[in-house]
Amino acid sequence: MSELAATPLLEVDRLSVHFPQHGGGWFRRHRQVLRAVENVSLTVESGETVALVGESGSGKTTLGSVVAGLRTPTAGRLRFRGQPLEGARRGIQIVFQDPYSALDPRMPVSSLIAEPLLIQRVGTAAERRARTAALVEQVGLPADALNRYPHEFSGGQRQRIAIARALAPDPALIVADEPLSALDVSVQSQILNLLKSIQETRKLSYLFISHDLGVVNHLADRVAVLYLGRLAELAPAAELFARPSHPYTQALLTAIPRIGRRRTRGSRTLRSEMPSPLAPPPGCVFHPRCPKAQAICRTEPPALAPAPGRPRQLAACHFKD
Amino acid sequence: MTGPGGALLDVRDLVITFPAPAGERRVVAGIGYSLASGRTLGVVGESGCGKSVSALALLGLVPPPGRVTGSIRFAGRELIGQTPAEWRALRGDRIAMVFQEPMTALNPVMTVGEQIAEAIILHQDQDRRAARAQAVALLDQVGIAAPGDRARAYPHQLSGGMRQRAMIAMALACRPVLLIADEPTTALDVTIQAQIIELMQALQAEIGMALQFISHNLAVVSEIADEIVVMYAGRIVERAPAEALFAAPLHPYTIGLISTLPDPERRVARLPVIPGSVASLSGQGCRFADRCPRGDASCRRAEPPLEEITPGHEAACFKIGK
Repeated sequence: MSELAATPLLEVDRLSVHFPQHGGGWFRRHRQVLRAVENVSLTVESGETVALVGESGSGKTTLGSVVAGLRTPTAGRLRFRGQPLEGARRGIQIVFQDPYSALDPRMPVSSLIAEPLLIQRVGTAAERRARTAALVEQVGLPADALNRYPHEFSGGQRQRIAIARALAPDPALIVADEPLSALDVSVQSQILNLLKSIQETRKLSYLFISHDLGVVNHLADRVAVLYLGRLAELAPAAELFARPSHPYTQALLTAIPRIGRRRTRGSRTLRSEMPSPLAPPPGCVFHPRCPKAQAICRTEPPALAPAPGRPRQLAACHFKD
Repeated sequence: MTGPGGALLDVRDLVITFPAPAGERRVVAGIGYSLASGRTLGVVGESGCGKSVSALALLGLVPPPGRVTGSIRFAGRELIGQTPAEWRALRGDRIAMVFQEPMTALNPVMTVGEQIAEAIILHQDQDRRAARAQAVALLDQVGIAAPGDRARAYPHQLSGGMRQRAMIAMALACRPVLLIADEPTTALDVTIQAQIIELMQALQAEIGMALQFISHNLAVVSEIADEIVVMYAGRIVERAPAEALFAAPLHPYTIGLISTLPDPERRVARLPVIPGSVASLSGQGCRFADRCPRGDASCRRAEPPLEEITPGHEAACFKIGK
């Protein structure tokens, strides 16, 4: 969070992830490239939560998996505490959306949590046991959870197990990929509060991937809005929610259902759908759906630049607010 | 057309049970509500509350060995006890349903246009050519661009939002008087979700059908419903006009659900929580008692009845007004 910190905890520098597509005829003359992430730069400071938001196909999960070391970028660099990411495996952990498939059903909770420590040869067996027991308590599970198996737990409790497992190597950054989406509504706020209290006690950072802007506003210090793999807006959460600069961010905020507010027809709902990342539109990738699009938007890709009078709020739009 | 009190649909004492090792599981434990033509009922609840299976009962689709008892009166006629042939005649004709994941509801090896045309041929006396033309017109009506081309597409060639539009077009093929939509926007992105909700509102205004809109998301339901039923563990815990429910929720579960949702406009240090996880269907008394901030021993003695607390606003809780 501190502006004075010389090197950010995580630095994503002009990162691109491309997936060459198979097919395209017998001789693969028309091989297409899916540009999942295109030239994205952002930082995560120590103790900060940066949210990656966007619709399916926006590239947010791909970007998260690169940060978590699960995927190699096509171009660009990642630095963790100023060093190349490769040496930072323990420092970055990931929590997935679906705790049902993320936990091996044949392992008791104690082994699930201790496994990352064992793999990285951290401490003695006794030390690992003590650490595992402390983690179970920290994530709000009963002590007897250690000897039980994942199927004995509810979805919310399984997500607590997954969080404990991610915390085991004492990371500085957790990539949380839609950690609430698979949970019942009444359980989501429990996990959200848990993530907040863990952050306060451990001073760790989150790269929080979500499509739920209500949750994002609750947790994030800064928000990165992705559209077709590109950054549309990058801004402190308070500024972004109070005064979104990019037309896409504005449309996303209008689309969130709010309790007790009936949708009126013909409101400013975004038209049509996100184009295929295999054939992104020329110019600004958002222009086919943008209510503000002009001639320049069809030819010139806009650069990410501060909104008028708001140096910390960056938007990639020729007509940003 | 309509039953007593102008209701198109009148559900009373609906109970759905499945055999279980120890006796039977009452997945729906006696619910009742009614719905008039042109109105939208929102049904809200978490997984396992019985909202989907009770909707399947309206179509005679509760899978065996499930048992359905009680009364479902639709357009003045009792549906429970109908023959399979009578159910088939009703389904897709007078009552239609839209599901969460259209990919599982659509036939993957038939074009979208053929599937819609098939529904039309099945229920209406039309030849194939006329049915195909009507299918294209329906795709146009649900906002699909280039409907003639899309009619020739297979489901996998369409995006999630477009598949859901095609599913709605198929549901509307026979001009149903009741449309049941079970989590129709849950698998979609927020901007597409908003489009689908606007589409359903527009179609309802045009056709005048009744809509039963089921969702786990209270905010989504509040965008479209006139009246809302909140379900918990097989029971209705609260029923009210939408405005009244949000202005003055009565049941502790509803109050909890509303307060635990993060507000995109207001940030708080800690969100309120509902402790524990969704209750099992067994046990005595109020099924929410273990998670309820006001729950005590008296709540576990008997099942609280759904009672009218203020005009038109019902809740099932012993603690209200005390």
